[in-house]
Amino acid sequence: MSAAPTSTRRVGTTLLGVLVALVFLAPYLVMVLDSLRTSTDVKTTPPSILPRQWQWDTYATVIGDGRFVNWLQTSLLVAFGSTALVIVVAIPAAYMTARYRFRGRMAFLVVVLITQMFSPTALVVGLYRQFFELNMVNTYGALILTNAGFNLAFAVWILHGFFSSIPVEVEEAALLDGASRFQILRKVMLPLTRPGLVTATIFTFIAAWNEYIVALTLMLDDAKKPLTVGFRSYVTGYEQHWDQLFAASVIAVVPVVILFAIIEKHLVGGLTAGSVK
Amino acid sequence: MTPRGRRRRRQTGQISSGAAWLWLAPATALILGVVLFPAIQLFRASRGEYSITGLRTGDAGWSNYTAVLNHPSLEVVVRNTVIWVVVVVAATILISLGLAQLLIKQFPGRRIVRWAVIVPWAASLIITSQLFVLLYDYNYGIINHLLKKVGLIETSIDFLGDDRLTLASMIVVGIFVSLPFTTFVFIAGLNAIPGDVMEAARVDGASAWKRYRHVTLPLLRPALMVASVLNVIYVFNSFPIVYTLNDRNPGYAHDTTITFMYKLAFESQEKDVGMSAAAGIGNVLLILVVIAVYMKVVNWQEQTR
Repeated sequence: MSAAPTSTRRVGTTLLGVLVALVFLAPYLVMVLDSLRTSTDVKTTPPSILPRQWQWDTYATVIGDGRFVNWLQTSLLVAFGSTALVIVVAIPAAYMTARYRFRGRMAFLVVVLITQMFSPTALVVGLYRQFFELNMVNTYGALILTNAGFNLAFAVWILHGFFSSIPVEVEEAALLDGASRFQILRKVMLPLTRPGLVTATIFTFIAAWNEYIVALTLMLDDAKKPLTVGFRSYVTGYEQHWDQLFAASVIAVVPVVILFAIIEKHLVGGLTAGSVK
Repeated sequence: MTPRGRRRRRQTGQISSGAAWLWLAPATALILGVVLFPAIQLFRASRGEYSITGLRTGDAGWSNYTAVLNHPSLEVVVRNTVIWVVVVVAATILISLGLAQLLIKQFPGRRIVRWAVIVPWAASLIITSQLFVLLYDYNYGIINHLLKKVGLIETSIDFLGDDRLTLASMIVVGIFVSLPFTTFVFIAGLNAIPGDVMEAARVDGASAWKRYRHVTLPLLRPALMVASVLNVIYVFNSFPIVYTLNDRNPGYAHDTTITFMYKLAFESQEKDVGMSAAAGIGNVLLILVVIAVYMKVVNWQEQTR
């Protein structure tokens, strides 16, 4: 094959790639640009691509806004809380199911799969009733437990995969030295599964950070809403702060996109566990 | 045990099931607490009578179920749900096949393009939905502005207010946010196809289309199955897009069974928890059916064997 047609084709592929990137980024570019113009500029006919007047202090306004700080605190608390709970609970389950065969193992894994398929959406009325009766509406605990429960599966699959790939001999050597199962897990296995732990941590964090419907239903107290529920209060019948709405959106989206890109390699495996080799 | 068998062995050994379940206990408790108990609560609520403030006032038997089945909007809601799921999933699969084909090619900047494709996946759905409300806006939306500028339309289109367009506008956003996951599943599937298979087809003189149709697609079948069924579940469960883009329209004309259920309990005039729970049980049963199909078609076994 001669060089010329190949390089023409490469240019074509690259151009197509740029076009694809633009299509996927365009809405979010509008979001960033809208966070940098005045609220009246957002609502002007006809709209302009670039701000007519750049307004840089919206981010400072938002970060200095007590309501926003409350929402951000809730989001951080719930995301960190859910992640910690998922990791602590998933490690022993993943280790045991990866290394041992025992009665009920398959049943457990099937239940885990089912929880992964079930988003809390379909159960939201039941979740509300449960936490209503437990007097846990408006509590962070309810949100942390729910997010942890529905995102446990991903962490179990990822860690299960990593544990399975470690040769048994590594553990047997430690066993001969008289280490207990728990010591082996902590001192031998966990350090070898660090990429799996990182992936599970980031994935759970993002899922909890982005969660909407359970928070919308359970967190009725404005000060306890997470960002995903709170940010819409910037534009209501009573106030119209489009600039702040979009600045809050950018703050909620950008860190998460960066984290997501880091774990991209392992995502598909964790989401389609047991079905794609 | 042969040396080879020994090397392939992955398990450490036997353990009593009592000791094993001790290790699974925290995970099991969590699943019971936030998945199974709420499901039971949902069923109990579906058989109860509730006041508008959410207090249980008595037993309803199966009357909530008949109320849902006789609801004047049920037919349109079910029709919307079928169109929403089928069109979003089918279009997502087709477009993702093309995108994956592009993204496995070597070209400068490929990493950056892949990152760009990830963005709608990583971003919170509610934020993307709220963003599209403005992008679609009749007066201030950039989509109308651009369409007018290139001369495709003369007057603005009311994407979210015109009854003939609302569902279609939601479907576009549904496809947009479903593309990243699906494309990455196909990229993984394509990467798993051995290079020498494609090489052999090329040497045999098969055209690019023939190679794709007769070699790539059949080998991509497992990935196609997984992507289809998982997308059916994700799209069916999807709440923020329909809820937000359809915000300003009264009634249930553009709702799916999920948003219908939600509005019955939390946003309708009657705030009927029992009826909403009955609709919820319907949704749960549908999802269970799809999960059963999933486990069957992908021949699901736990990961390692």
